Amino acid sequence: MSEKLDLGSWVNDFVQHLQENYSGAFEQIGSLVSGFSELVEQLLMWPPAWVLIAIFVGLGLWRIGIGFAAFTAAALALIVHTGFWEQTVATLGLTFSSTFISLLLGVPLGIWAAKSERVATVIRPILDFMQTMPAFVYLIPAAMLFGLGRVPGIIATVIFAMPPAVRLTSLGIRQVNKEIVEAGQSFGCNAWQLLFKVQLPNALPSIMAGVNQTIMMALSMVIIASMVGAGGLGNDVLASIQRLDIGLGFESGMAVVLLAIILDRITESFGTPRTASRRRFAWLSMLRLQRQ
Amino acid sequence: MQAGKIVVQNLYKVFGPQPQEAIQLLKQGWSKEKILAERGAVIGVSDVSFSVNEGEIFVLMGLSGSGKSTLIRLINRLIEPSAGDVYIDGQNVARLSRQKLIELRRRDMSMVFQSFALMPSRTVLENAAFGLEIAGDGRKQRERRAMEVLEQVGLASFADKYPHELSGGMQQRVGLARALAVDPSLMIMDEAFSALDPLKRREMQDILLDLQKKHRRTIIFVSHDIEEAMRIGSRIAIMEGGRLIQVGTPKELIENPANDYVRNFFNTVDTSRYLTAGQLKADSVPLFVHNGKAPDAQTVCKQLLSMDKHYAFIVDEKHSFRGSISLEKIALLVEGGRNLPLEQDLLKPVEPVPEDLPLDSVIQRLVVNEGPIPVVDREGRYSGAISKGRLLSHLRGE
Repeated sequence: MSEKLDLGSWVNDFVQHLQENYSGAFEQIGSLVSGFSELVEQLLMWPPAWVLIAIFVGLGLWRIGIGFAAFTAAALALIVHTGFWEQTVATLGLTFSSTFISLLLGVPLGIWAAKSERVATVIRPILDFMQTMPAFVYLIPAAMLFGLGRVPGIIATVIFAMPPAVRLTSLGIRQVNKEIVEAGQSFGCNAWQLLFKVQLPNALPSIMAGVNQTIMMALSMVIIASMVGAGGLGNDVLASIQRLDIGLGFESGMAVVLLAIILDRITESFGTPRTASRRRFAWLSMLRLQRQ
Repeated sequence: MQAGKIVVQNLYKVFGPQPQEAIQLLKQGWSKEKILAERGAVIGVSDVSFSVNEGEIFVLMGLSGSGKSTLIRLINRLIEPSAGDVYIDGQNVARLSRQKLIELRRRDMSMVFQSFALMPSRTVLENAAFGLEIAGDGRKQRERRAMEVLEQVGLASFADKYPHELSGGMQQRVGLARALAVDPSLMIMDEAFSALDPLKRREMQDILLDLQKKHRRTIIFVSHDIEEAMRIGSRIAIMEGGRLIQVGTPKELIENPANDYVRNFFNTVDTSRYLTAGQLKADSVPLFVHNGKAPDAQTVCKQLLSMDKHYAFIVDEKHSFRGSISLEKIALLVEGGRNLPLEQDLLKPVEPVPEDLPLDSVIQRLVVNEGPIPVVDREGRYSGAISKGRLLSHLRGE
């Protein structure tokens, strides 16, 4: 064991090679991502704060119930009054953009992995790598390739947040009851009908769990991505660490937590079966019964 | 080629590596177990041939693992056959292109599953309309048809419910409606009623038989319940270890089981309602032949007394039944000192029964008839007698 295996310098060379030879491609991807994320952010920034709040409260009322709607209203009001609204919306924008890209890539990949054993075998270690490699480690090469700002933040977030979408889509499709798939086939489904009319609808709870996980992981990652200048609440968290400002850290951290809870509960509710939403209005039908 | 709605010829299914080699080894006489141990191949279905007639309910029976579920999936090719042919209306399904196969499945066949296999996110109506939706029917059209079949299975008022809001029996009625909606000429039912409790199972069998009365379809029905098989099956096929052991009507299987495996299936069942006069008859009544000259009363009387019998049957030389006479009557004749030939006017005319008369009719005849009743074969020749004592001891299993 005289000489150390220098894996690190190979990676350095590789990143440098990418930088030198493929900068055009990275620029293109970068402008695409940046254009899209700006659009999302502007869309969220455009209406006054209360409109966005009303949408979230409305979603909470529809999907979960009156209690959660009240909590949402209070939480968002708290964020507005502590002065973190703009940063929160920026973070929300980053989270949505990253989640959207993650799902755009992750769900088809998950479908492919469900259909092909070989793809599943290849993808699995890559997903492990994406999920467990400490995020800071690929934040830096991302910044080197895409420059500082929102884009490397989103790219790094996509890498970190995509695996659950792939995994749970694949798992969901594989777990669809064998006889239900056979039923689809026996009635003459072609491959597309089988996918869209049988497998995806029946895998929906699992896929929605993947979406929920992706959103939560994206949210946690866009905070870290402020280190490469992605912006949003992460900036305040970072500033509080640098200045040892515990109060600021708590305020901005609180905003992250509240946002996380709201996003989690709402997306989770979409994974439950269709009739569950009707049960929430069960008291309505009870009133009707009593009148009869 | 044999005629029939479905003709299966030398069908094989081998799971595992090199199915063709495994089939060759099977043909050379290797056992399933040896092939599994030495080649790692599992024999699912082995050299199965049979045909199903248009409009019959053909029941496939066997213990679990006997290959019956695999066999039906080879028929609609949910599982690819390793070798052999499956003809449906003369078309070889095993050689069909993907596109043709999909068309055949949409148009001509449907399947009912043990676990019902309904889509939980679809309403009862949407589930029933599934096959039509896949075939490309418009919403209005398919929902009208789905409603029709839901009415047939008595679920019209549940159209807007979701499957999990229904009981098991009702869910399977939705499964049945879904299969009926596409108006198939062939229905494959895989242990369709096995998951239901006995009462519900009977109810579903009645619904099926009722539907069959209105519109005859060819049905292949997999079951492991012999009572069910005998109740609904026109014919029963028994499978063991991937092979077809025997095919026949319930009666044929009871009368002539091919081996102990088949016999064991019927052990637990009350098979008496499949008994016929031919099985119940015995040579228990003394027979006298009227060969142009009638037997005389004294001889008959002596014989009856010595054999301790109460009745005698008289037949002619062609063994056509002529009539019966009781010991009492002969005794009176003999005591009166008259030794008459037993001509027709002295005999009691008894209508003989054919050998294939079922048990309940035999009982009816025995009830109204005082003595034993004669049984005649297809040519009208006397072949035996059934007495009350004989019947009772047979029913006791003696």
